[in-house]
Amino acid sequence: MSIEVKNINKRFGNFVALENVNVSIPTGQLTALLGPSGGGKTTLLRIIAGLDTADEGSVEIEGVDATKLPVQKRNVGFVFQHYAAFKHMSVAKNVAFGLEIRKQPKEEIRRRVDELLELVHLSQFANRLPAQLSGGQRQRMALARALAVEPTVLLLDEPFGALDAKVRKELREWLRRLHDEVHVTTVFVTHDQEEALEVSDEIVVINEGRVEQVGSPDALYDEPANDFVMSFLGPTTVLDGKLYRPHDIEVFTHPGIEGSLPARIVRELRVGFEVRLTVELLDAAHEEIVVTVTRAHQRSMGLREGIDVWLSPTHAAAAVPVGGLN
Amino acid sequence: MTTPVQEGRPVATRPALLNHNLTASSGIGLGISMLWFSLLVLIPLAAVIATAAAGGWDEFWRTITNEQTSSAIKLTLKAAALVTLVNIVIGTAIAWVLVRDKFWGKGLLELIIDIPFALPTIVAGLVLLSLYGVNSPLGIEVANTGDSVFLAFLFVTLPFIVRMVQPVLEELDEDVEEAAASLGASRVTIFRRIILPSLAPAIAAGAALSFARAVGEYGSLVLLSGNLPFKSEVASVRILSAIENDNRAGAASIATLLLVISLLVIIVLDVVQRRVARRG
Amino acid sequence: MASRRQVRKGPFTYLLRLAVVTYLVLLVAWPVVLVVTHTFEGGTATLTGIFSDPDLVAALELSAYAAVIATAINTLFGVVVSLLLVRYEFPGKRIMSALIDLPLSVSPIVVGLALVLVYAGRDGWFGPTLEGWGFQIIFATPGIILATAFVSLPLVIREVVPVLQEIGTEQEQAASSLGASGWQTFWRITLPSIKWAVVYGVVLTLARSLGEFGAVKIVSGNFSGETRTTTLAVEEKYLNFDQQGAYALSFLLASVSVLSIIIVFGLRARGARVNETRSHSGAPVAELAPSEGRTS
Repeated sequence: MSIEVKNINKRFGNFVALENVNVSIPTGQLTALLGPSGGGKTTLLRIIAGLDTADEGSVEIEGVDATKLPVQKRNVGFVFQHYAAFKHMSVAKNVAFGLEIRKQPKEEIRRRVDELLELVHLSQFANRLPAQLSGGQRQRMALARALAVEPTVLLLDEPFGALDAKVRKELREWLRRLHDEVHVTTVFVTHDQEEALEVSDEIVVINEGRVEQVGSPDALYDEPANDFVMSFLGPTTVLDGKLYRPHDIEVFTHPGIEGSLPARIVRELRVGFEVRLTVELLDAAHEEIVVTVTRAHQRSMGLREGIDVWLSPTHAAAAVPVGGLN
Repeated sequence: MTTPVQEGRPVATRPALLNHNLTASSGIGLGISMLWFSLLVLIPLAAVIATAAAGGWDEFWRTITNEQTSSAIKLTLKAAALVTLVNIVIGTAIAWVLVRDKFWGKGLLELIIDIPFALPTIVAGLVLLSLYGVNSPLGIEVANTGDSVFLAFLFVTLPFIVRMVQPVLEELDEDVEEAAASLGASRVTIFRRIILPSLAPAIAAGAALSFARAVGEYGSLVLLSGNLPFKSEVASVRILSAIENDNRAGAASIATLLLVISLLVIIVLDVVQRRVARRG
Repeated sequence: MASRRQVRKGPFTYLLRLAVVTYLVLLVAWPVVLVVTHTFEGGTATLTGIFSDPDLVAALELSAYAAVIATAINTLFGVVVSLLLVRYEFPGKRIMSALIDLPLSVSPIVVGLALVLVYAGRDGWFGPTLEGWGFQIIFATPGIILATAFVSLPLVIREVVPVLQEIGTEQEQAASSLGASGWQTFWRITLPSIKWAVVYGVVLTLARSLGEFGAVKIVSGNFSGETRTTTLAVEEKYLNFDQQGAYALSFLLASVSVLSIIIVFGLRARGARVNETRSHSGAPVAELAPSEGRTS
């Protein structure tokens, strides 16, 4: 294991940012710290980096106890949400900064900077100032700057959070490819579940200062540990006291399926290729359930407002009890 | 940066007064800075108050109620208050024109605003004498009259409100004004209800600085006012004559009065700035 | 920032403009121009005459010397205090940040008196001790430097503090994460970021220092050729009915002041232009937003 975080506690005044957090982050993998804003994930990342200190607990990086090491001595690469570009330095100077601090020979620095700018596709911008770059380019520069010092671990704090949707998607795919080339142990913070599911090898879900679940994207999606993880990873609906994903509930136009519940379609909303049906159970409580089907499916079955249907979860659908204790 | 926990001491036993995040070098920096600030500013100002206090309350009161002195203090406060009022109106107007109006030569006005701040005060007096002294080209002679005090104060305090209000006016969101207009507000209503409340803290801060500056003014009056007792003599001139007569206790008494006014201004500024910071 | 929307110009706009321009011309512009014309009434002789009078040359040199030393001290002090006020927490910080502005609102005469009470060689609080060690402060150059440093003390701080707040700590943290020590971060990241603010502060301090009159008048003793500064010489010339000489010296001092305003203006305009190219570089708005919304 590359990073071992043990029993970390951190308070800001009366606010508990992290409570007894234990996480192991595997070597050479891309790990996401996922959770809602204010949940403590950035604080955890900053404690790993040494930019913040924990009240209690220890941080170990590649077998070395880093708890008392200042940030300068931890050899981590840190990428900030708002880039933290050195505004008065050219792109090349930004990337060279860590190497100059380490007093590397000039020739070596130049070679390494060229190599890194090549890697992040910024070679032709080497002499520009950060202000002359777009946000996506600035973030790639910040990444090259962090990678230049050959960090033991690369830490990214909401690296794409300040970018617009399209650039964000491009950079996200690019980061994945880059990681496949460079293989440095990488931890990145995000509140975007799609980003985490798409890019990472491993996801740590953090909420209200606690770790809710750790696992691969598939494991988290298929076997969520509790209702928080399940609802954070996508839309959910409640059927028969359990939380399901709306596309995991099958709709039949006839009764007779074992355990299926009678209901009536009360609303339909089409969004592109999918149709969201609001269905009201025909029991005493008149519970409303959301079910999504494809447009083609809706047409072939003639699902429309006002008709009676029967609902049943699909085979092997992910489900957790509502309000279940973790 | 080491926390007390790592030193084996629980946080709670540390008195709140000692909370800091100073490193060794920043601690030394703070020490040297405080020492210098004390030697240059705090101890000398304390000496003024101590000297005034040494004579006792009666002595202090007798000094500042001395007929000539109290007349000078009254003139100073009256002129400073009047000038501050004028500046509140004209300073806001100047800031408004600089931000919202557009015309040839506006850049030059920007330059003119700062001249009173950068010009040595003795030169300021001479400058005013050239237009308002004997043989005034305008036919307005104020030299050696009470009005000269008012004029000199106007000159030296010109930039204060303008420079406080201008950046706030620049940051003001014009969308809000348009929103008010779309809701049927007239231009006067928009100014009174939307713009003025946003400018008020900056105007207050500028007014406080301008009042303080005027109350302590000396240099620009030397050549202009003639320092005539009961007519054009201000408080700082009284302090100077007390010093020259080797009456340091008397000088310190009047100086203490001026210092109290300065401190009040500092407090007003601090409160205003804190209120603005809270409003975000 | 986008250019301002076209203002609707009614009669009120023109009236206000006229009032403001008239006020500024009558109060500042015209009188200043008159000083210039008075100076050159008799050709350039009075101006060149200054430099052949050894006492005046000594006054100019003394003013420049005191201003440079005071500015150097205030710059160092200002940068250190700005960093302390913005980047650190310590007991008494709030009081300190309020008291720092005090010199701007204290009368120069009170400043002079305060310094005399503490540093006068005969009967000041510290004066006799210092005199015993061989340091004369009052009625000597060190007193002039102290008075000058006092009155211009907060100017650098007032320029640097807002810029330090504005740039935030992210760049400094990034430098630390790349291995830079506190000193390296200061020299390579913080100082270059506040460079222009320090320069404005220095120019303003220098202008203010050269022009100090009241405080210097009290502490210097005003001995011609020894402790008489340029501003004191203006008074002396005028009171001795040498109006031409007073105007010439004033012209010299005013030129320095106006020059420093122009320098600060140029630097500010330059800063504004840099911002302008930034927002016209075609970068999407979303990318500029964070740096503006980060001041919380």
